[in-house]
Amino acid sequence: MIKTDILIIGAGPTGLFTVFEAGLLKLKCHLIDALPQPGGQCAEIYPKKPIYDIPAFPEILAGDLVTNLMKQIEPFQPGFTLGERAQTIEKQDDGTFIVTTNKGTKHHAPVVAIAGGLGSFEPRKPPITNISDYEDKGVEYIIRDPELYRNKKVVIAGGGDSALDWSIFLATVAESVTLVHRRNEFRGALDSVEKVQELKNAGKIELITPAEIIDVVGEIKVQGVSIKRGAEVFNKACDHFIPLFGLAPKLGPIADWGLEIEKNAIKVDNTLDYQTNIPGIYAIGDVNTYPGKLKLILCGFHEATLMCQSAYQRIFPDKRYVMKYTTVGGVEGFDGSKKEAPKAVVKSID
Amino acid sequence: MKDITIYITDRNGTTHEVLAPTDMNMNLMEIIKSYELAEEGTIGVCGGMAMCASCQCYIESDHELPEMSYDEDLMLAEAFYVKDTSRLGCQLFITKNLEGLKVTLAPAEG
Repeated sequence: MIKTDILIIGAGPTGLFTVFEAGLLKLKCHLIDALPQPGGQCAEIYPKKPIYDIPAFPEILAGDLVTNLMKQIEPFQPGFTLGERAQTIEKQDDGTFIVTTNKGTKHHAPVVAIAGGLGSFEPRKPPITNISDYEDKGVEYIIRDPELYRNKKVVIAGGGDSALDWSIFLATVAESVTLVHRRNEFRGALDSVEKVQELKNAGKIELITPAEIIDVVGEIKVQGVSIKRGAEVFNKACDHFIPLFGLAPKLGPIADWGLEIEKNAIKVDNTLDYQTNIPGIYAIGDVNTYPGKLKLILCGFHEATLMCQSAYQRIFPDKRYVMKYTTVGGVEGFDGSKKEAPKAVVKSID
Repeated sequence: MKDITIYITDRNGTTHEVLAPTDMNMNLMEIIKSYELAEEGTIGVCGGMAMCASCQCYIESDHELPEMSYDEDLMLAEAFYVKDTSRLGCQLFITKNLEGLKVTLAPAEG
């Protein structure tokens, strides 16, 4: 069981900055994120896009913002559970919470801060009518173990990096790899596109474009897919069909935690501390809603700051505390580091 | 005249006549959001960077539209429910040339 003071769900910019504000109050944080790396959308969707409305940064790349935040919170030694989705929450008799991920990792904390953005990133599933009948019976949206495909016939659909990279990788593992894409052009990195071209020329990958998969065929498990290219429709035998159309955020299991939801977001008390209808659970950043809400990183930072003050009072109801300026109090890390303003040197004048 | 009229058919099939300003650098996705014609969280998910297809629209009138950028074209290549008339709303900026534009929102992804 992982124990911490504030359990943060979502390691995007708001979740990361929470670690800093909590750290100033000597509160330890642990973060859970469904993605394999911290940074949320900034890292996953648009790391190379410049952001222009972070105060005091006239321009900063989303990826650099994440790097800077990670550096800023380093002294507070946050823990991470990455690549796992927060699945269930159980309130204990003493008012604390146990949050369990989809992989069974348990976390115990007196305060939970949901900073989940638009939700956890899940694979986009193509709207093929019968596809759900074959999930885990030959249809996989994520490749977890490439060995599953050894000496099998595999059909991959998609036109981005993930479809290209896995086609390249599986070409050396599977009996056959067929890549189906709606266009002749691919959105992935140039060297991946060139590599697929090479493998196609060498007969290692069959490329079917411009085409799309309209049906999955098979009794009980996948035995083939139906492919439409122009007016022509034909079947292609395969053991596995892997649609790789990237990820999209979904609110997911959090929606079933008994929290008040409005407009696909969690309602919070914005007049005080961004607490939800369940005391001890807060929601900050893009995941929350209140009158006048703006989904901006800078608003998430503000919400995180106020939330931490309230969390402190919840954890230590009998302690008095006033907010301290970092220019005055400096930053004392849990790693023993201390940053503070240099003392002015006064020298007398003769 | 800074506003134009556009006709937006939502995902339930209801058509809305709305006024859209031409002087605010707004795009069609933002107009749809501002009138709350699609459920929050199901449109403009990427914020308008042509990096998702949640604002996909079908163009129902014969307006001459700005050409598709490479990003928009390749995003639509990976979108679902795509038709020949598909465009990403976030890439269509409101100008006076779009007066009377008629669009239908594509279904939300499941």
